[in-house]
Amino acid sequence: MALTGLDIYKQLPKKNCGECGPPTCLAFAMALASGKAALDSCPYVSAEAKENLDAASAPPIKLIKFGAGAALGDETVMFRHEKTFFHETTIVVRVSDKLSQAEIAAKVAEINDLTFERVGLQYTVQGIAIDNESGDAAKFATAVQEVAANSQLSLVLLTEDAAALKSALAPIADRKPLVGVATAANYEAMVEVAKGAGVPLLVRGENLDSLAELVEKITALGYKDLVLDSGSRTTSRVLADLTQLRRQAIKKKFRLFGYPAAAFTQEENPLDEIIQAGVYVAKYASMVVLNASKKEHILPLLTIRQNLYTDPQKPIQVEPKLHAVGEVSADSPVYVTTNFSLTYYTVQGEVEATRIPSYILAVDTDGTSVLTAYAAGKFEPEKVAELMQKFEVADKVNHKNVVIPGYVAVISGKLQELSGWKVVVGPREASGIVSFAKSNFGA
Amino acid sequence: MAVAIVKEKWQSRVGQVVIGATPEQGGTRTHTITIGGDSTLPFLHFEGEVVNRPAVAMEVNDVEPDWHPLLKEPFMDVINDPAAWAKKCVEEFGADLIYLKLTGAHPEGANRTPEQCAQTVKDVLAAVGVPLVIVGCEDDDKDNEVMAAVAEAAAGENLLLGLAQQDNYKSIVAACMVHKHSIIARSPLDINICKQLNILINEMGLPLDKIVIDPMIGGLGFGIEYAYSIMERARLGSLVNDKMLAMPMVCTVGYEANRAKEANVDVDEFPGWGELKDRAILWEAMTATTLLQTGASLLLMRNPEAVRLVKKNIDELMVSNA
Repeated sequence: MALTGLDIYKQLPKKNCGECGPPTCLAFAMALASGKAALDSCPYVSAEAKENLDAASAPPIKLIKFGAGAALGDETVMFRHEKTFFHETTIVVRVSDKLSQAEIAAKVAEINDLTFERVGLQYTVQGIAIDNESGDAAKFATAVQEVAANSQLSLVLLTEDAAALKSALAPIADRKPLVGVATAANYEAMVEVAKGAGVPLLVRGENLDSLAELVEKITALGYKDLVLDSGSRTTSRVLADLTQLRRQAIKKKFRLFGYPAAAFTQEENPLDEIIQAGVYVAKYASMVVLNASKKEHILPLLTIRQNLYTDPQKPIQVEPKLHAVGEVSADSPVYVTTNFSLTYYTVQGEVEATRIPSYILAVDTDGTSVLTAYAAGKFEPEKVAELMQKFEVADKVNHKNVVIPGYVAVISGKLQELSGWKVVVGPREASGIVSFAKSNFGA
Repeated sequence: MAVAIVKEKWQSRVGQVVIGATPEQGGTRTHTITIGGDSTLPFLHFEGEVVNRPAVAMEVNDVEPDWHPLLKEPFMDVINDPAAWAKKCVEEFGADLIYLKLTGAHPEGANRTPEQCAQTVKDVLAAVGVPLVIVGCEDDDKDNEVMAAVAEAAAGENLLLGLAQQDNYKSIVAACMVHKHSIIARSPLDINICKQLNILINEMGLPLDKIVIDPMIGGLGFGIEYAYSIMERARLGSLVNDKMLAMPMVCTVGYEANRAKEANVDVDEFPGWGELKDRAILWEAMTATTLLQTGASLLLMRNPEAVRLVKKNIDELMVSNA
């Protein structure tokens, strides 16, 4: 159970020095209890008290990092609208050590290429898991070497054989992979290997009960860099387990489950597999390990991950400037829209579809949509005219026609007056741009 | 070590809405479909009851739609015959319901008369035994005429008719009340307008168990996260006894997902995105299954392969995890 502010206060030095920020030790204790402060900011706390208080001051779900920047956990809410989800689900593609060297090379090349550009963002998978499916230690070590030599992605080593793990890990320990799998049968040896190399350990139970038992034993050995797997593999059960792990950690501060959770897909068909993985991305997996590695399968998964991990309070924005779409010329039409990324890219997509190279002036509306921006006074004619000046639109084209969104038709008179340009009221929805362009620009 | 499972104690549940009517109930459907009724968050069988499985309605148009050729391909033999199209969706692709769009009514399109539209509805009713969801052409004035005619022609069938919106709901609500149908109440991603509209409809005399919420989703990659959070909040609201938010939710998955560029551009044009066929299937299926996780009860879909994936996902999630 979580400690109360008073429980914490009893452990503090009671100097009321204020060096930690809050003026008194009691205020600091209260801040710690609600997760708003870290114990490290107290310079005088005793080692003993520190140990006692770790449970209360630690985040509900520990942040685990491995490899080239993979970061798991440190989530604080059950629903994204309560605040946000912080560390997007790490997507790891599995490679079996049963594959031949050439097959491994081909699969790794395919995985390395799983980066995507869409709506101005870059999406990527984070890692490759080498699975000791062969059960052969030498094959495992060779496969790990092969993958490590050909990919800069973060690595996950999966075997239940601690000796095999140790020898495969040694040459690539500086890549700081996530290693596993610790089970009830092998955990002592596994902890020793992980601890020795200073790398996080994947722990697998057979259900939540056995997982809690195993974590208790492992933490008793003094190792706490863990990633949890309840061992369930069917969609419904994994959903229940992941929900439970998150709830136990956040709502009950149940320390044994205060680590990020991993999920493994089970479906053979890549489309079924992606849909299964999508459930785990939405509901609480900090890492998903899957087999699919074709672009058309991975893109939808990375897209939903990006969407759900967007901070609901901070809409994604594009740079407020004059953007060129296609090979623009002096005859190119000029459209005006907002810098809310979703609005902008929807408009951009439709403008592209007109097949007429065009300019789009993205007005800085703090990332709000056209109607919201107008209602908040962020889509004023003065602002649009000023931006047209600033980005020298008049020097870029040989006409004086500017298209504004249909929803802000009301600013057309004033904008015309301020800019001296002819203001054309465009369609309300971006989907109307193609037919609008057809009748206005003769495409 | 026995872990004490954390269960929320919800005070209420999502309302249930029945779609369709059998001969005994005054209609002609072979069976009805009931949606909603859950007393927990989606698919958390360990915590509460997941009463009815989410249903998939497949879209049928009364005029040939402007869809990508790949999406139209499975329907090309029936694309000019809504009744045959509906039959194919039910018999070959496992549609739980048919979602009939009377696009042909649009004054700037085929401009079909309300009587012609009503006849199309009758033809589809005769061709399939499943319940129907029917919407118009998105021209408010024309839709009011068309829906009045459709409601009358199919009196007693308990169709799910759309769309009631904040600035245009009276005529269609009246038609539903007189001819015993249910209604889709659409609000633009706004929980307050959603509640307000439900109150207005209810005040006219239509019971709450005749209303389904359309929260106006965005598709995958195009604002789905807004719908995701609005729908999660609505589901949480229904579980804490907010009666005006407790209706089951319907999502225009096929329309929104297939508007996305990712569901339409070929690999030649965007080599970085992979082959179109599977990408388009997954774009629609992922939109649907993600919204299932927020509490969607009725999915309006197009692509038969996406329907297959979604129905499989529902099968898996309906397995108890208690």
